[in-house]
Amino acid sequence: MTTLKKSRPLHDLYTMTKRNVIYSTRNLDTFITAIMLPVVMMLLFVFVFGGAINVGDYNYVNYVTPAIILLCIGYCAATTSVSIQVDMQAGIIDRFRSMSISRTCVLAGQVTASVMRNALSALLVILVAMLIGFRPSAGLLEWGLIIVLLLAYTVAFTWTALFFGLIAKTAESASVFGVVALFLPYLSSAFVPIETMPHALQVFARYQPFTPITDALRSLTFGVVDKTALVISLAWVIGLGLVAYLASLWAYKNKKRG
Amino acid sequence: MLLQKENIITINNVRKAYKDVSVLDGINLQIKKGEIFCLLGSNGAGKTTLVNILSTLLKADDGTAYIGGYELQKDAKNVRHIISLTGQYAAVDGFLTGRENLELIANLRHEENPKAVAEQMLHQFGLTDAADRQTSTYSGGMRRRLDIAMSLVGEPLLVFLDEPTTGLDPQSRIAMWETIRTLTTQGVTVFLTTQYIEEAEQLADHIAILDKGIITAEGTTEELLDQYPDAKTLEQVFLLIVENKEAQ
Repeated sequence: MTTLKKSRPLHDLYTMTKRNVIYSTRNLDTFITAIMLPVVMMLLFVFVFGGAINVGDYNYVNYVTPAIILLCIGYCAATTSVSIQVDMQAGIIDRFRSMSISRTCVLAGQVTASVMRNALSALLVILVAMLIGFRPSAGLLEWGLIIVLLLAYTVAFTWTALFFGLIAKTAESASVFGVVALFLPYLSSAFVPIETMPHALQVFARYQPFTPITDALRSLTFGVVDKTALVISLAWVIGLGLVAYLASLWAYKNKKRG
Repeated sequence: MLLQKENIITINNVRKAYKDVSVLDGINLQIKKGEIFCLLGSNGAGKTTLVNILSTLLKADDGTAYIGGYELQKDAKNVRHIISLTGQYAAVDGFLTGRENLELIANLRHEENPKAVAEQMLHQFGLTDAADRQTSTYSGGMRRRLDIAMSLVGEPLLVFLDEPTTGLDPQSRIAMWETIRTLTTQGVTVFLTTQYIEEAEQLADHIAILDKGIITAEGTTEELLDQYPDAKTLEQVFLLIVENKEAQ
């Protein structure tokens, strides 16, 4: 006779996270691409374009590294949309849905695994950046804020990726999110100062989230707390994260059936 | 006094439509504890829709259903404790090994000792040799076996098997039948869907024929043959029902 067991959400979250971490380690090519791509792009920007881009008094590697970190996290988190889409197509999600486990846990397990992947890739980007001359002047407070901002950004971005993966009908359409994640930062202050863009583009660049997030992160690495940019950034990522979280839960519960 | 076996599933007038197309048109069924119940129907008859409703994946538009005494819609959480679903497509993680798949489910079912449960299931289903291979390398029959093993972790009272032998070669099909028969010896109730008449004949204690969203006939093989004196086999019963409706 089955006895009704207590719910143990933390235990379930751990189990689901472990599953997704194993998934990452067994799909090493995807994981390595997600890590190497930003590193290669950083080298490209610093050594190929860097000489031609005028960012004022800054050393270009110092200017561009925060943007590369964001790009790296964005791209790495975006791989979640493909993996959840593949899960949804396979029978395994129906098995989870017919079991007595919290629905948040199945999705949150993807987010915690993504945070772990991103921490690793962000660390690698920072290490390579330091090798080629990145010299952050952040103090303890600034590093603390950098970690908080990046963590919130990763979580928000992964929930967004999950939502797009949940509503996508095929793995190909789910992967479109990765392309958006990769290109949106170009239309911000991430790589070039926005004053150098045509007017219409400047308006877009100024009000899209990547600009305040990049600005906040960049100033923190210079040891300056840009309060305005930081508050706007946190408002963006917390707002986006919350909306994406609720939307993902909704999409998961109302999974379309063939 | 005759001992009446308890019903594990009671379905009253369950309906489901997608947009304007009715898929289930008022289903009434009672399934007893410990039996192998077989829902027989052609492709598109609504078998999977009914399984999805009963396994809490899908909400019915109308009607009520009780599983193990719990109302399906109100008490879905308790229903999920006692059921287990093996869907039409093997619900195993391809990148995990057989052992890891079983441990994953054992952990999610909050088993005391997930490793021991996995080991025991691998043994019971003859997967010990393949235990540490990724399941993407398994044959169709092995995946199905693992799938059912995963469904049995946590000792569910009721197991849904949605077309468990579709796509299997004859040898694997016969092995699967053996597996399903052994389930009932452990006291599990089996809710099986199939499009193969032979499978229903081989396994079922209780058959219901689902045609275009309606249960058109129900009972043991003998009872069905009694209801249709012109038919000599279950196959003829099935064809009589389906053709009759088309003639109307």
